[in-house]
Formats: sequence, C-alpha cells, structure tokens
Amino acid sequence: MRFGIAVFPGTWSDRDCKHAVELAGHEAVMLWHKDRDLQGSDCVILPGGFSYGDYLRAGAVARFAPLMESVIEFADADGLVWGVCNGFQILCEAHLLPGALTRNSSLEFRCAPTWLRVETVDTAFTGGCARGDVLQVPVSHGEGRYVADEETLDMLEREDRVAFRYVRRDGSAAEGETPNGSMRDIAGIVNERRNVLGMMPHPERACEPMLGSSDGMRLFSNVANSVSCTGAMPVAAVS
Amino acid sequence: MTSVEIVVASDADLAEVALTRAEYVHLVDSLGREPNRLELGIVGALWSEHCSYKTSKPLLGTLPTKGPRVLQGPGENAGAIDIGHGLACVFKIESHNHPSAIEPYQGAATGVGGILRDIFTMGARPIALLDSLRFGPLDEPHQRHLFDGVVAGIGGYGNCIGVPTVGGELYFDESYRTNCLVNAMCVGIVEQGKLTRATASGPGNLVLLVGADTGRDGIHGASFASVVLDAGSAARRPAVQVGNPFLEKCLMEACLELAGDPRVVAMQDLGAAGLCGSTAELAHRGGCGIEVDVARASRRETGMTPYEVMLSESQERMLIVAKPEDVRSLQAVFERWDLHSDVVAVILPEQRFVVRDGTDQVCDLPLDLLVDGAPLRGAPGPPPDRPKPAVADAAAAPSWTPDEALLALLGSPNLGSRKGVYRRYDHQVGDATVILPGGDAAMVRVDGTTLGLALATDGNSRYTALDARHGAMIAVCEAARNVVATGAKPAAVTNCLNFANPEHADVWWNLYDAIDGISAACTALDIPVVSGNVSLYNDTGGTGIDPTVVIGMVGVINDVAGRCTAGFRDEGDVVGLVGPVAAELDGSEYQRIAVGVNAGSPPHLDIDLERRVHAFVIEAIEADLLHSAHDCAEGGLAIAIAESCLLGDIGASVEIDELGDAKGLINGAAGILFGESQSRFVISFAREALVRLHELAGRHSVPLRGLGSVGGERVCVTQCIDVSLADVRCAHEGALIERE
Repeated sequence: MRFGIAVFPGTWSDRDCKHAVELAGHEAVMLWHKDRDLQGSDCVILPGGFSYGDYLRAGAVARFAPLMESVIEFADADGLVWGVCNGFQILCEAHLLPGALTRNSSLEFRCAPTWLRVETVDTAFTGGCARGDVLQVPVSHGEGRYVADEETLDMLEREDRVAFRYVRRDGSAAEGETPNGSMRDIAGIVNERRNVLGMMPHPERACEPMLGSSDGMRLFSNVANSVSCTGAMPVAAVS
Repeated sequence: MTSVEIVVASDADLAEVALTRAEYVHLVDSLGREPNRLELGIVGALWSEHCSYKTSKPLLGTLPTKGPRVLQGPGENAGAIDIGHGLACVFKIESHNHPSAIEPYQGAATGVGGILRDIFTMGARPIALLDSLRFGPLDEPHQRHLFDGVVAGIGGYGNCIGVPTVGGELYFDESYRTNCLVNAMCVGIVEQGKLTRATASGPGNLVLLVGADTGRDGIHGASFASVVLDAGSAARRPAVQVGNPFLEKCLMEACLELAGDPRVVAMQDLGAAGLCGSTAELAHRGGCGIEVDVARASRRETGMTPYEVMLSESQERMLIVAKPEDVRSLQAVFERWDLHSDVVAVILPEQRFVVRDGTDQVCDLPLDLLVDGAPLRGAPGPPPDRPKPAVADAAAAPSWTPDEALLALLGSPNLGSRKGVYRRYDHQVGDATVILPGGDAAMVRVDGTTLGLALATDGNSRYTALDARHGAMIAVCEAARNVVATGAKPAAVTNCLNFANPEHADVWWNLYDAIDGISAACTALDIPVVSGNVSLYNDTGGTGIDPTVVIGMVGVINDVAGRCTAGFRDEGDVVGLVGPVAAELDGSEYQRIAVGVNAGSPPHLDIDLERRVHAFVIEAIEADLLHSAHDCAEGGLAIAIAESCLLGDIGASVEIDELGDAKGLINGAAGILFGESQSRFVISFAREALVRLHELAGRHSVPLRGLGSVGGERVCVTQCIDVSLADVRCAHEGALIERE
C-alpha cells in the first residue's frame, strides 16, 4: 500500500515516517505542502515537527496549507488520516478532531519513553491490537497536553473514541503521571467516523528493537492490513 | 572613495573595535594611509581573537591533524573524516560563551544554530548535537537562571530544527561563576563526492546571500567575544543575536538539496563578523578578491549604514558562489523553501576586499592584510613560577560513613543524573540514536550502513587547573574512553579551548601547555584533530575561568549490532575492573565535596597503558565477551559501579582487596573508593568469559581483576558500602532539582 507523508516547512518526522513505512514493506510518497495532489495515497500521515515554526499555536498555520484542503476532502471521503505529534495538533486546529493540545503541564519539553494502553480496537490503526495491550512508544513535544471541555471528554469516552491512554510501565493507570498532563491521560483520539487518528507519541520511532521498541510497527501493520482487506478506502466502522 | 570619513582613531574608537594602538599603527603602516571608519570596524572584527586566532594560531600548529581517515583538517567550516561506504563524517565544536553569559537562552540557541550551519555548509546532513556546559555553583539563583536558560535555548533550537541532541556534559564550579561556558558540537554525514568547500573561485562569479534579512543584531559580536566581560557587559545585550530555528530548518533543507550540485561553486555560512567575515574568508581561501555591494542586501530595518550591514551577525544566513548563468535557477531552489536571496557580491581576480554602497565605494582593503595580517601575539612574559600545589588536608573531611559519602557524591550536581536536562532535548528524532544519553558516549547509526558513530565530549577543568598539560592529556583520554566503552574505535577529535585573558602570562602558558598536552595524547593514541575553536577572554573583572579543554570525540564501530552499553545486564555476571587501583584523591570530586578544595597533582596517567586498555576493551567487545563496559571517571570506582547498577537497574556486590582493614574514609578507604585513577573501566561479563578475558588482558598487558558479581537490589562493597539501589537512585536523580 501507499502512505502519503505530508511535508510542511519545519516538519522533521517525515524522514522517520518514510523509514518506518519502508521498513514495513510499503511505499512512501512525500506530499509537499504547496501541492494538492495526494498521489493516490491509501493513508495520509501528518508527521511531527514545528510546521511553519509553530510560532503561533502549534499547527495553527499548517491547517491553511493547500495540501490540507485535499487532506480534509480525503478525510471527509473516509480516507485514513494519521496525525502524529505536530500532525495531531494540526488535526485539532483543522477541526478534524475535537479539543486542543496545550503546553505540557511541566512547562518543559519532554522527550521520554511512554507506555500507551490501547483503548479501542475499533479503528483501522488499532484493529490488530487487543484492547488493553500496552505499547511502548516515545514522546517528544512541548505542547502535548490534550484538553477539551468535560462534555467533549465524556462524548469521546461514550463513543469509544479514545484510542490510547498513557499508563505506567506495568500497564496500571497513570492517574495524571503523564509526560504532559493530558486530561484523562489521553494520548490519542479518533474522529466520529473513526478514520482520522491523532496521537502525540511517535510510533515511527518505535519500529525496531535497536531503537528501544518495535511496538509502533504494529500500528503501521494494522493500517496496511485494514487497507488490504477493504481496498483503497477503509469501511467506516460502526461505533 | 567618497562619502566616508577618514579618521585618525582615538582611544575610544579603538576600544569600540577592540584593536590595540600597536595593531592600529601596524594597519596604518601596511595601508600607507589612515583607514576610514568602516574599514576600521571591518579590520577590528577580522583581527579579533575570535576571527584571527592571533594568540592561539602560533600554538595550534603542533596539533596532529593528519591520518588515513582525514578528508578535511582544520581550516574549513568543519573537519571531515572517511568512515567508509563512500561517506564522510563532518564535525566541529564551537563556543558561544560570551553571548550565553549575557542572554542565556538566545546565546545558547544561536550557538546551536551556528554550529549546525558549519556542518550543512559542507553539504552534510546534521545527525547529532552535543553540548558541553559549565556554570557556577547551582545553589546560586543567578547560576540556576543561566543553567535553565541555556538548557531551554539548546532545546528550543535543536528540538525545533529536528536534529537530536544526544549527549554532552555539564559541570558546576566556582571558576565559572562570572563566565559560563556553552560549547556546542555538531556531527553530520555526507557522501564524500558531495563534500562542499567554502573556497571561492572564478572572477566574475556572483555571490548570493540567502536566508534571513540583515538586521542590527549582533553588531560587534566577534569583537565582543574577544574582550573580557565587565559590569557594563549586560548593556551589550544587543550584541547577542536572536535565533530562528524554523528559518534555519528551511535553509538547511535547501542547502542540502544543493549538496554536490555542480552549480554551487562554494558555500559559506555567516557567523562571527557577519557579512564581512564570511565574504573575506570565502575569497581569501580561493586566492581571489571580492566586491560586496551592501545596497543589495535585504534589510530587516531601514536606515542601516554600510557599517551595520557588514558587521551585523543576524543569524540563519548563507553565501552561495555561482556562475552568473546559474544564479536564477539556484534562486528557484531557495524560493521553493520560501527563502529570499540577493546577489550581493562579485568575485574579483585580484586579492582586494571592496565594499560599495550602490555607486559609492566605501572600503578597499588588501585581502591578505585583512584576513591574515593581524599581528600575532606571542607570550606576554616568561612562564610564571608555579608554586608547588598545596596538599589537601584530609582531616578537613566530614565524618561521613562510606555509605553517606557515596550518596553525597551521587547526589552532587557534578555526578548526579542528567535526565532532567536531556529529557528536555529531543534525542531521538532521526530514528538513529541507538545508545541514548545517560551512559558514556551516545551512539547514532549511519543510515544505509551497519556503521555506528560513538560521540562524546569531555574535559575536567579541575585537572587542567592543577596542571594544564596533564589535564589536557586526561581530557583526550577520558573522551576516548567514553567512546571505547561502546566498542567504537576513536577516529578523530574536535577541540574547544576555553581560557581566560591570554594577555596574562599564566593564562597564556596554560594555553600553551594545554595544546601541548592535547598534541601529546592525540599523537600517542593516534587520533587526529580535525577541527576546533578557541575561546579566550573568559574573564570578568579580573576573575578568569580555570583553563578548560573540551574534547569532542568521534568513534566508529563497524557493526552497530555489536555495541556495548554501560549498565550491568544479567544477574550472576562477573563485575570486573580493567586498569589500576590506586588511592589518588587529588583533583577528585570527593576532594571538592568532602574537603572543599582542589589541590595536589591530578591523577597519574600512563599514556601507554591507556592505549593498551583501549585496545583490550575494543577487542573484548568485538569478541562479544562483555555485557557492559563503563568508563571509570569522576567519583572513582565506587561511583562507576553504582552508575552501572543504575543504568542496568540491578544491584552488585564487590570486594576490593586494597581496602583491607581500612575502616572509615580518613584511613585510606576514600582514595580507593572515590579516587580518580586513570585508564580504568568497570566491566561485566558472563562467568564463562573469564578465562578468555584474562588471556586477552595478558596479551595486551592490561591489569584485569574480578571484583564481584551483578545481582540483587543493593550496591555493596564488602565491609564498607551497603546501600539499596532505590536510595542510590533517589540521590542520583535528585541532584539537579532545585531545593527551596
């Protein structure tokens, strides 16, 4: 299958995502921010970085890029869109996902391993996992604290849209001991139609044992399996 | 020449450009006329210590700079070595001390930005950053402010641009109270055929200025970095530049697209002394001249004079030399990255440095005089008599038990965990960091190969303060040991020499001795020096820093899968010590903390033993005999064992024969537990490897002994130390946390 990887000025996970995609045996095409053509991508990755410098709010400028118009159309047509780190921030700014990502509660940048509990398997990204599986995936961000109003948080939980929660190494609840102070320990969420995933941790940095974990590779495999089962467009899952 | 005032320089004029009267007289004699104000400023910048190396140049010639791997030695933007597979590793370390002392965040950030440019100017993609930092005592609020600001600045720049910060070191010492040190090292990779040089050629070729617009920031930065700081230094904050890592990321990607492109004749970044420094050096290297038209440079603000445009140190700017017919197509590459470019200069056949402001010629200087003409400075006096070092009064030590001493040392700012620092740096972007920060050297793998690069910086100024030559030798050995502990073979060195005011004879002779020490150690260990930087005048109000030699070391391992780490691994493994046991407390961290002095002679160094120990450890790792290897450094044997326990999250029990009946620290145990004898590694290995390791040690004539075993949840030294790993971790991780 073909992963399209967005490149905004200031994006730096693009090369790592390409590496992970190719390691998984798939094709990676780079999507330049000024272009509109998604080049037949089966899944579009919005990678990490500091798009346009992120001198305003993170992701606030990138959402206006010409490429994003196509990404939004693609998402509306049930195409798979996967935002990692800065990509998650962009998805929230573009209103493809609810809520926002604010400065870490420590007020410091954090680069560290984290453990994520899979909260839903009802997405193309987590379909091959079991609910409760714990994945070791590192974070690297200064603005990764997921916030939303109580009503939205309740809705996300009610609709089974929390994809990942930060947990302790042994899988027990983090209870706020997270790298960024996210509300309800949320590390990743999906949209209502479950084809758009945003997550702060970097699965592309966890695809080889040599890098400390290969758990991230499971997510790339899940996406590929879902596409090969359903053709180019994944079926919107029933919530 | 029109519209420019010719001056007979007053003392105040000379002070502004940091030239001495004698240098000025030399300038006038050589020119055969008085310079105008712009020329005076340009000469001041190019003749500053920072640009001209007028003090250190006569001394640096003794460094060994050649070797089979060396592709580019000192003289370019960075050094380069052959790492095989047709690839070059390009690296350099550079100081940004003076700006960081005034404005820690931007000073450190632009230090990172500057060293990154040095690497990608050569066509190499930066793959790792390291930072060597020195501050005054951390319990003082101003030092905490500097430390926090510098760490934030390094992270702010490196995290945004997406180059991992994988290592470095951090020391606190009274000698840095008024002059903190910020040395940044960058390592990059390029195909050898794409190595780009900063040597202009081809009269008539044009010079593009790419990237940021030119503003009034950083004017006189080079001169500022070449004088002592004083009470008025805070007022020089405008001489500190402001960084824009996003712009540099775009500039970097655009320049890397052009690496190896035949349309690029030369590439040179703008650093110290801005447009005048970069254009002059570019032309001088190529044996030609250059004519700059300041009117063509895009400005950030209106009303800037030619003087300000030439001397501005605005960041994120680059010069590209190209044939006139290629300019338009090169500009298109930059435009794709939304980068602006102006044709600001033309290469001249004769070696002149000409500046125009539109139709007015405002400067015309012989290029040789400008770049190479600064009168070199010799020794300001004969070597001073050095008093025999005082001997520390051991009885002054507190009545700690060995347990208490271990925890006090591990919890001290110099030996405590650096996690609170490196977790603020993205150390994993690039998917290449295979040994994370926290151990000896970090390691990054090289894309498309099995190669790994082990990277470390090191330099203990307590040793150089006691004996500059000997301390410098140890700095080289220590940095090499960090690399060797991973299984990599030391390949080349970059150095940063941080010293006080060299116009004082003792400082000058310390510099002389330190360079001699680096030469001696690098020669003996067969490690060439390929790049470096000298930072002098780290002196405020007559108080200078201790001589500080920072060695940046690059080691190469052929198969990254065979790398070794510093943490103990398996229960039941043997803990071993490679190297001698001697009770040497002089210059140690124990002496600092327990006795409160730095006295005596630094630990003995047998450079031949050092070399053999390296060969032994590398061979043992290659033969897959070791489960861990850790350099035994500050804090000595007991600290090294505790660190290997922490890194492996497992305890150990050892017995040290020399402790004998020495109960209590004053009766000799301190020297054995915490003395910093050189040429040592703490290793661990499976019991079955014991015989082969002893054979190997015999073959290399290296002392090796078993000390005990890995296991449990305590750190134990028989009849001496018995502490839980949890307590050890608590002390270690709390070392840098601010106490109310």
